[in-house]
Amino acid sequence: MLTNIISISLGAILVNNFIFSQFLGCCPFLGCSSKVETATGMGLAVVFVMGLASAICWVIDTYILIPLGLAFLETLAFILVIASLVQFVEMFLKKSIPSLYSALGIYLPLITTNCAVLGVVLLNVQNHYNFIESVVYGITGGFGFMLAIVLFASVRERVQFSDYPECFDGFPICLISAGLLALAFMGFSGMKIF
Amino acid sequence: MTTILLSIAVLGALGALFGAILAFASKIFHVEVDPRQEAVRECLAGANCGGCGYPGCDGYAAAVAKGEAPTNRCVAGGAEAAAKIAEIMGVSADAAEKMVAFVPCSGTTGHAEMRFNYSGPVDCRAAMLFGGKSNKTCTFACIGLGNCSRVCQFDAMHIVDGVAKVDRSKCVGCGACADACPKSIIQMIPESQKIMPACGNKDKGAKVMKMCDFGCIGCMKCQRECPADAIVVKDNLAVVDVTKCVQCGHCSDICPRHIINYFG
Repeated sequence: MLTNIISISLGAILVNNFIFSQFLGCCPFLGCSSKVETATGMGLAVVFVMGLASAICWVIDTYILIPLGLAFLETLAFILVIASLVQFVEMFLKKSIPSLYSALGIYLPLITTNCAVLGVVLLNVQNHYNFIESVVYGITGGFGFMLAIVLFASVRERVQFSDYPECFDGFPICLISAGLLALAFMGFSGMKIF
Repeated sequence: MTTILLSIAVLGALGALFGAILAFASKIFHVEVDPRQEAVRECLAGANCGGCGYPGCDGYAAAVAKGEAPTNRCVAGGAEAAAKIAEIMGVSADAAEKMVAFVPCSGTTGHAEMRFNYSGPVDCRAAMLFGGKSNKTCTFACIGLGNCSRVCQFDAMHIVDGVAKVDRSKCVGCGACADACPKSIIQMIPESQKIMPACGNKDKGAKVMKMCDFGCIGCMKCQRECPADAIVVKDNLAVVDVTKCVQCGHCSDICPRHIINYFG
């Protein structure tokens, strides 16, 4: 069990990184990565929502959809769950933990439309994970996202001071750096632990 | 059939359940918003023009209610809104100096020499991609394809004879057109400033003479005749010193090129 969890976590963070090898959640990855600070905020919010969404979607899938033979509704039901969950979490944080709410700021509602969150819950189903494995996969997948976005934000901050051809200014150089980072992460591909 | 009914029932039930939870949660987790924020929001123009420098009217209202923003930043609402907001916040009002957009170009169709006949997409940026950064020979000229008039939310910017024209009675001074102009020629000037030379060409007089019937040729007649020494020719272009200008309109009358606008 423990080895299984370790292999799931390392897989989610490095080998099958959501951004660099599964290409999920590229929109916030490019949009919120101009500063390390905002990238960290976005990353934390994703960890939080992915973990919660994995837990709740697993329960709904296992105890409602599968017994009724409605597994084909998974995508639809999960979108519903994620959207309401994010809304609920936002209200809860606003009231109970205002400091965290203002730290996450605009990123929390943005996550509703983050395909990495939907991706993680669908992958949980595909891989037949049990409850604990699902939650671990969700949280570590979020950490993988955070690792990627924070690394990328640091690269972008550094690139701003670099001397590159003028025609690459702005988004082109950003996409090139993203591609190089993804190449670096390809070094992990195919690795299996245990 | 049962599958269809079952899926409808399950999704409906899930939706209703989540809806109920959210409705319930919004009651429990309700956070009191400063009532002044609502009141301030009511006074604003509501165009979300961004002229105040905050993300939309709601953002500005929140900043005012927190006491972080001055009460006179709503350019669209003007002095009236500033006074109302000041009353709500209990501070004295300093009315914002009303700004208006100004297009320093008089090169209308038929009077400004064209470099080429442009028939591509109706967008100034597209026209700029061809050589010379403009469809007119004058590189300082208004392209006249209306990027500014499309972003104007107040119907104050129109293309008249190939040059953008500001309707000063409708302009609220949000500056959206100045941001949208790819040539960055649109200036924001105080409304009290009635005298403006409507040309931006810094080339020498002889060159200007060839490419535009209305370009400033830097003849210095206005500089010599100005009773207040408020207009000087700098870089072959007449420039008004707003601090000295007495707004008599004399320069406008004597300009041989008829380009000094007098907004009476």
